[in-house]
Amino acid sequence: MSNPESLVAIQNSFEPKIVAFFCNWCTYLAADLAGTSRIKYAPNIRVIRTMCSGRVDPQFVLEAFARGADGVLIGGCHPGDCHYQEGNYKTLRRVRMLRRVLREMGIEDERFRLEWISASEAERLKVAVNDMVEKIRALGPLRLEIKAEHFPEEVAA
Amino acid sequence: MTKPAAVPKNPKPKVAFYWCASCGGCEETVLDLDERVLDVVAAVDIVFWPVALDFKRHDVEALPDGSILAAFVNGAVRTTEQEEMAHLLRKKAKVLVALGSCAQLGGIAGLANLSSREGILQSSYCESPSTVNAEKVFPQTLYKENGYSVSLPGLFETVCSLDQVVDVDYYLPGCPPTPKLLWDAVHVLLGGELPPKGTVLAPDRALCEECPRKDTRPEKLTLKEFKRPQDAVIDEATCVLAQGVVCLGPATRSGCEALCPQGNMPCTGCFGPTSRVRDYGAKALSAISSIIDSNDPEEIEKIVHTVPDPVGTFYRYSLPASLLRRKKIDEALKTK
Amino acid sequence: MDARNGDLRIGVYVCHCGTNIAATVDVKAVAEYAAALPGVVVSREYKYMCSDPGQELIRQDIVELKLNRIVVASCSPLLHEETFRGAVAKGGLNPFCFQMVNIREHDSWVHQDRQRATEKAIALVRAAIRRVALHKPLEKKRVPIHPDVLIVGGGIAGIHAALTLANAGKHVYLVEREPTIGGNMAKFDKTFPTLDCAACILTPKMTAVKKHPNITLWTLSEVTEVQGYVGNFEIAVTRKPRYINEDLCVGCLECIEACVYKQAKVPDEFNLGLGKRRPIYISFPQAVPQIPVIDPETCIDFKTGRCKKTCIEACGDRHAVDLKQQPKQETIKVGAIILATGYQTFDARKVPDYGYGVYPNVYTAPEVERLINASGPTGGEVILRDGRKPQSIGIIHCVGSRDENTNKWCSRVCCMYSLKLAHLLKERTGAEVYNFYIDMRAAGKAYEEFYHKLLEEGVHMIRGRVAEVTDWAVTPEEEGKLVMRAEDTLISFVRRVPVDMVVLSVGLVPHEDAKDVRRLFNISCSSEGWFLERHPKLAPVNTFTDGIFIAGACQAPKDIPDAVGQAGSAAAEAMVLIDTGYVEMEPNTAYILEEECSGCKTCIPLCPYSAITFLADKKIAHINEVLCKGCGTCVAACPSGSIKQNLFEDEEIFEEIRGVLANA
Repeated sequence: MSNPESLVAIQNSFEPKIVAFFCNWCTYLAADLAGTSRIKYAPNIRVIRTMCSGRVDPQFVLEAFARGADGVLIGGCHPGDCHYQEGNYKTLRRVRMLRRVLREMGIEDERFRLEWISASEAERLKVAVNDMVEKIRALGPLRLEIKAEHFPEEVAA
Repeated sequence: MTKPAAVPKNPKPKVAFYWCASCGGCEETVLDLDERVLDVVAAVDIVFWPVALDFKRHDVEALPDGSILAAFVNGAVRTTEQEEMAHLLRKKAKVLVALGSCAQLGGIAGLANLSSREGILQSSYCESPSTVNAEKVFPQTLYKENGYSVSLPGLFETVCSLDQVVDVDYYLPGCPPTPKLLWDAVHVLLGGELPPKGTVLAPDRALCEECPRKDTRPEKLTLKEFKRPQDAVIDEATCVLAQGVVCLGPATRSGCEALCPQGNMPCTGCFGPTSRVRDYGAKALSAISSIIDSNDPEEIEKIVHTVPDPVGTFYRYSLPASLLRRKKIDEALKTK
Repeated sequence: MDARNGDLRIGVYVCHCGTNIAATVDVKAVAEYAAALPGVVVSREYKYMCSDPGQELIRQDIVELKLNRIVVASCSPLLHEETFRGAVAKGGLNPFCFQMVNIREHDSWVHQDRQRATEKAIALVRAAIRRVALHKPLEKKRVPIHPDVLIVGGGIAGIHAALTLANAGKHVYLVEREPTIGGNMAKFDKTFPTLDCAACILTPKMTAVKKHPNITLWTLSEVTEVQGYVGNFEIAVTRKPRYINEDLCVGCLECIEACVYKQAKVPDEFNLGLGKRRPIYISFPQAVPQIPVIDPETCIDFKTGRCKKTCIEACGDRHAVDLKQQPKQETIKVGAIILATGYQTFDARKVPDYGYGVYPNVYTAPEVERLINASGPTGGEVILRDGRKPQSIGIIHCVGSRDENTNKWCSRVCCMYSLKLAHLLKERTGAEVYNFYIDMRAAGKAYEEFYHKLLEEGVHMIRGRVAEVTDWAVTPEEEGKLVMRAEDTLISFVRRVPVDMVVLSVGLVPHEDAKDVRRLFNISCSSEGWFLERHPKLAPVNTFTDGIFIAGACQAPKDIPDAVGQAGSAAAEAMVLIDTGYVEMEPNTAYILEEECSGCKTCIPLCPYSAITFLADKKIAHINEVLCKGCGTCVAACPSGSIKQNLFEDEEIFEEIRGVLANA
């Protein structure tokens, strides 16, 4: 195993890549507001806009992890505030089930977050993003358990 | 003028069957063709079929490359031997068909990808309650004694679907595929008009389409609890999912004629996804959890936990082919 | 045409936005990176892409270079997506063969590290290029607009908007939950800085509302359900019983006089509890409609069923009193909605140091408005609760405003109304008036002049926030008085000012139920609870929900001129919408792949708009395009991948994911 010092070095130089799915009406607007308010936060997220967090197919989350994302953040309207009435509840239901699958596949809870951030909560967005970046930085890069590229030679005796 | 080439004495196309990591159920499918198997034999030469005929590996090796019309390989790939055979048959066959869930998606055997190889060996040869192995003897790939040596195939780190090891032309889904699908596939292959490479030789709609209980699902079905079949008395006429039992028919390719619902059991998804779905488990999970009848986070959490084993439920047949546990790195990723 | 197709000809445009983007993002590097990506024919950077020359650049390139996909990396699509779609269309290309990248709000404005901001811009542009390759030409659907307008709230903003629209020939439903329209302004005595009487300028407009043939006025009514979308809203209104038939009542008010309660005994809401009313009453003499209302909570007949019903007797053969009246549901269709639901004042009890609710002679400003109003509980005489006339009065500014402990915002009107009250109180009582202020904010036409006028009138201005109001006297002069303790920050001296009366200039806060209203109408609120405008400067009366506009103090504290101005603006916006006659719907609707749908019905319960139905003949699902609002929830849930969403197809999003992670 790597010694703690080199681990710290990796964590310091490691910049988590986070794919963020933001709903058009709340969290995307919060990110816009953060911009107009010149609120600074970590540049690690890449925002993909969907009309509603309910559009976020669990396949998108898996694809992001499979393609090298260290974290996935879904941002939607607060419960009761969904622009489409109840889309965010469907997101919540899927996220709760998906989280259990991800755990079994070795993906830590910190890497997959669902945040309710309304259009006016630019500050909350900042806090959520920064917090997620820090937590994932502490975890290190996502290494999917399956060694994909090569078959190991044979069973060791 | 030169003479035309002599017509070969035996113009019958050659067909091979092989099994990798499988339970043997797919072999049963071939047998379940019943007397039609005679029609098959009349139409083709079976040149390799370890479960039924005494051809050996060297017989296959002796055949010219590409001389087999179609090789039907069932089972997932876990051992070095299976990998070698997959490559061999790929080389010898014009068309390689992945037969059954294990070859197509990794199958039940693919659930082993939730554990490490070492963990599996420990469990199988040391820890399981029925095992007595005080000396901690593990299988060896090579064992020598008195100048003689015995070898065993090596065990790979993970289970792969067939196409993660070799190029596959067609897929015949199911655990096992139905004889009808196999029969139809043989006809398609013999007919000469081949579908596009990569085609799954089954209808591309989900199972509800052909489920006799389809009409009994309420239009607005939502659920407060998910049940396992053993915990429910399933009414024989009503939509299984409507009775709270997780039925994956909505997410699963049709073609089996709803055998499980007809046998009063839920669909567990062996036919895998439709062509429009990239990750079977994710889609099945999305559909099932979307109809949870609650908006309250705590209650949702409770209901979500009425599915005791989400990976085993949603990825029962497709873990090696899933987005997160897949080995095959497709072109797009290679050319990043 | 798609990414795997050789025909792809993409144009990429990276905007500097002056220095807004260019200062933090190396736009040249972004453009150069994009130029090398597959399918990209031209990649440019330009100072202002949204300018005419910037748009012309796109148009020209489409024509000359035969581009068939456009990516613009600039600001938020919510600002300029339409602009660039227009430019794309001008070039002869379908406007949806376009993707916008937000590298300003989401990048240059929120990051400081130039290298990392540039990396982020590159990733986002790369994703857009990969995504746009899959875009398909789409058409916007036109839906006709219902010409009627709903206005919620009958204060000055709602009244003004209603009259503007009605005068322009639009039919307006004005819904007010109180028994009368007029709102807060109806309770004021005079208005600053002109000191004209509020009633004199408001009541003619109130009457005009009542008389206007194009206005349907529903008081004691609340909107309970909102369905539909821009141009085609379906609204349910609950009209609470007044127990007086509005059609039969002539407004003679004889029933009030005839009430078995000879003395008014019930605290009067309109006078903020300073006066009393009977169970059958009218809010104030000029109330509109001029129709009494019976309060079932206090009417003897409702409580015991054993009243002599003298009101019915008095009404005689007009039969307007109807004690059996039930709530009534109305359903209306409108094309546009204006929310003018106003504000409430800060609850002064939340600042206990000022003793409101403890010392009887501590009043809030709205109470004082009623005290000095000629139609108020004292007939306009300023008399304290103990019957005395005050000799000295202290006014505390910024109660519940500009305060970390309560509300951070400036309520904008308090400085001015405090001055107005100072003037009026001095005029009526001759008392010494002390104003305790933090800063004087008199920005407005003739406001500063009004402040100077007050200074000349001899009103004492003390710059300092009052620490406490107490009845604890330390000198004989303070005996029996309220003592206001504050640091006069201009002379750095702590003063104790004994007064007979304290007036708290309470700030403006959102209505307690503003959040419910917001949810009902599906609009957003700022974190303080004010309704959120679409853009603080350029779309101040629009909301993020098309067809719903906001006017007056529901958006933020504002004075009467601003509220009226905004109401006119909202009315104009509604008119533009209606007179256009149709609305173009964003084509991001979902649709079923009929050949692929298995009819599993998973999607049906997920649609909040009942847009998905089950076709009995084909045994598959069907999405009604007009009802679909394009959230995509059903698409994500469809277990067989048989629902697609325009503009947000699975493949397009997968490409975006791969795009942002391609260097991962």
